Amino acid sequence: MSVHVGEAASALPFPEAAKKMVANSQLRRNVRHATNVIRAKRDRVVAEMDDWEQLRDAGKAIKDHTLAHLDEYLIQFETACSKAGGQVHWARDADEANRIIVDLVKRYGSDEVIKVKTMTSDETRLNVALEAAGITPFETDLADLIVQLGEDKPSHIVVPALHRNRMEIREIFMKKMGLDTLGYLPEDLTAAARKYLRERFLRVKVGISGANYLIAETGSVVVVESEGNGRMCLTLPEVLISIVGVEKVIPRFEDLEVFLQLLPRSATGERMNPYNSIWTGVTPGDGPQAFHIVLLDNGRTKVLADPESRETLDCIRCGACLNACPVYRQTGGHAYGSVYAGPIGAILTPQLQSMEHSETLPYASTLCGACYEVCPVKINIPEILIHLRTKVVESGHAPLAERLAMKGAAFAMSKASRLSLAHAFARLGQWPFNDDGKLDNLPGLLAGWTEFRDLDAIPSESFREWWSKR
Amino acid sequence: MPSLGPAAIHCDLVISLFITCYNDALFPQTGQAVVTVLERLGHTVEFRAAQTCCGQMHYNTGYRQDSYTLLRQFLQVFADAEVIVCPSSSCVAMMRDHYPKMAEQLNDPVLQAQVAAILPRIFEFSELLTDKLGVTDVGAFYPHTVTLHASCHGLRSLHLGSKPADLLKQVKGLTLLPLPDADQCCGFGGTFAVKNPDVSAAMLSDKLQCILGTSAEACAGADNSCLMHIGGALSRQRTGVRTVHLAEILASTEKSS
Repeated sequence: MSVHVGEAASALPFPEAAKKMVANSQLRRNVRHATNVIRAKRDRVVAEMDDWEQLRDAGKAIKDHTLAHLDEYLIQFETACSKAGGQVHWARDADEANRIIVDLVKRYGSDEVIKVKTMTSDETRLNVALEAAGITPFETDLADLIVQLGEDKPSHIVVPALHRNRMEIREIFMKKMGLDTLGYLPEDLTAAARKYLRERFLRVKVGISGANYLIAETGSVVVVESEGNGRMCLTLPEVLISIVGVEKVIPRFEDLEVFLQLLPRSATGERMNPYNSIWTGVTPGDGPQAFHIVLLDNGRTKVLADPESRETLDCIRCGACLNACPVYRQTGGHAYGSVYAGPIGAILTPQLQSMEHSETLPYASTLCGACYEVCPVKINIPEILIHLRTKVVESGHAPLAERLAMKGAAFAMSKASRLSLAHAFARLGQWPFNDDGKLDNLPGLLAGWTEFRDLDAIPSESFREWWSKR
Repeated sequence: MPSLGPAAIHCDLVISLFITCYNDALFPQTGQAVVTVLERLGHTVEFRAAQTCCGQMHYNTGYRQDSYTLLRQFLQVFADAEVIVCPSSSCVAMMRDHYPKMAEQLNDPVLQAQVAAILPRIFEFSELLTDKLGVTDVGAFYPHTVTLHASCHGLRSLHLGSKPADLLKQVKGLTLLPLPDADQCCGFGGTFAVKNPDVSAAMLSDKLQCILGTSAEACAGADNSCLMHIGGALSRQRTGVRTVHLAEILASTEKSS
């Protein structure tokens, strides 16, 4: 099985990628502005809910229960969906999913597809596979369109072009849509996108979507969105193919009551998504007359097998943890080198693909807890980050200098007498770097500290020494 | 003598100080201040010399095995302590959030019972004063303008809420200036600051902007690790603003300040 998550396996280590991002003043301004706006909206609509905590508990309980019985619910979904005229395909990994979809598009005789709301297809790099097979994919979600036309990568789970501002989008549209003039007001930009997209909505015969939820009891698929472009994609083509991670299934239709409250409030700060599309197989004479769904594993069952971190799969992709994360707010999403950025990306990417390709991601956090605080399904992200750090250390892949320092510290701390000795050595050792009581140019591991900050010299008397003289 | 209010009910407690490893070596004055305040309130402070470290750095960085040793050592040293005070919110959060889990990971029921028994007796310094001792006015005098850094662990793990500010508001001469974006991390995160120095510095730069915007003379907090981080940049940039642990403010009086 070959699991890959976008191009995360060849991504730069987080600290190196992040260094470039924090130096980009336009990007930082865009990310800060966007996350501030979404956070404020989210906080407002969450605060008005008296039962928000109960909703979070309910969301978590439903997800945990479903994961514990995932095999049963997936089969139940397959049975119900097939009965309603849908065709269910199972894909072990990204390549298999891409192969299934390319074959389907070819079988229906199309050389182009319209796509909407499918981060999972970014995970599998479906567009690359489609293009290699001579099939042109058109992204139709406005933000995904901006990313595609800009030959860019998504930087946010819900707002993929969050790192771009209006002026940058205007430039991309003018260049790629061949426009001589274009205003820079939101309505100018949306009008240009509408014109560009509508033509494709009406022409292209095959649509590809993701899904927010699969409902086991009815075999239904759910997509929520804000623009209506999704509705077009889901209803106009003759053939609809959905690619969905296996963890997206929920047991009952009525479970939507919980998630359709949690998701929009957490994701975009809306009380309800403007468009909620739910379809079940094929309805004769209405909408696509062929429906295929590809259920993707791509490492998910491996995550499920780890009791310490399986709650990662509870994620409903709301992106609230990204907006709350003080690290993401400085770097934006590209630094994470994965389609899944921010705190959830830092735990999901290393678990899906092999750990050695993303060993810096679990360390891309101060463990401040802001992600856990906003997570609508209470995923304890800081705890899982620590768990993954332990895996990095136990695989022997932590940097040598760090391992030595940690072992040295553990030895010193294991006995108070050794600690006193360590204090004495440290006081001696700091002497060459001591500039009038401040250390401002330390070597080795601590160079990262003194690059930006001073450190007070170690006092001549420790607390324990002071106490013993009392 | 200042009025001690309900503290009188809890007089003569023997309070065991867990100074924490980094305060012991780098911030002895914070420990001294804790002793000063508690003794001024009429309590006895003891210091168990066998103590070292809670294990936070090792646990959070992924060195679980080493943190287990430190957990066992902590329990051994403090097992029979009546009340334990620790002037570091992140170390208390480490113990409260992770010790039960660590004992569970070790699959050791005796250890689990010991952890469960000791946790209710461990207090972060501002918790000890406001919750256990029921006092906010400790008779302090500090004629300066101060802003308060919340610290993520104090905020989200210990839920200290207004406790540190409640204590500062009772300090004579002190003007407390609200810090904008107080819920944002300063970028320390233990080894994060050296493993991700650029992002850490970017976060710190935002924090400094907020602190400097208040025009306070000093930035106070209940955790010297954040303060060391913030103070390091305040010093590097020659801002003239200092950091100070809450305990040191509460220890100063009209005589000592």
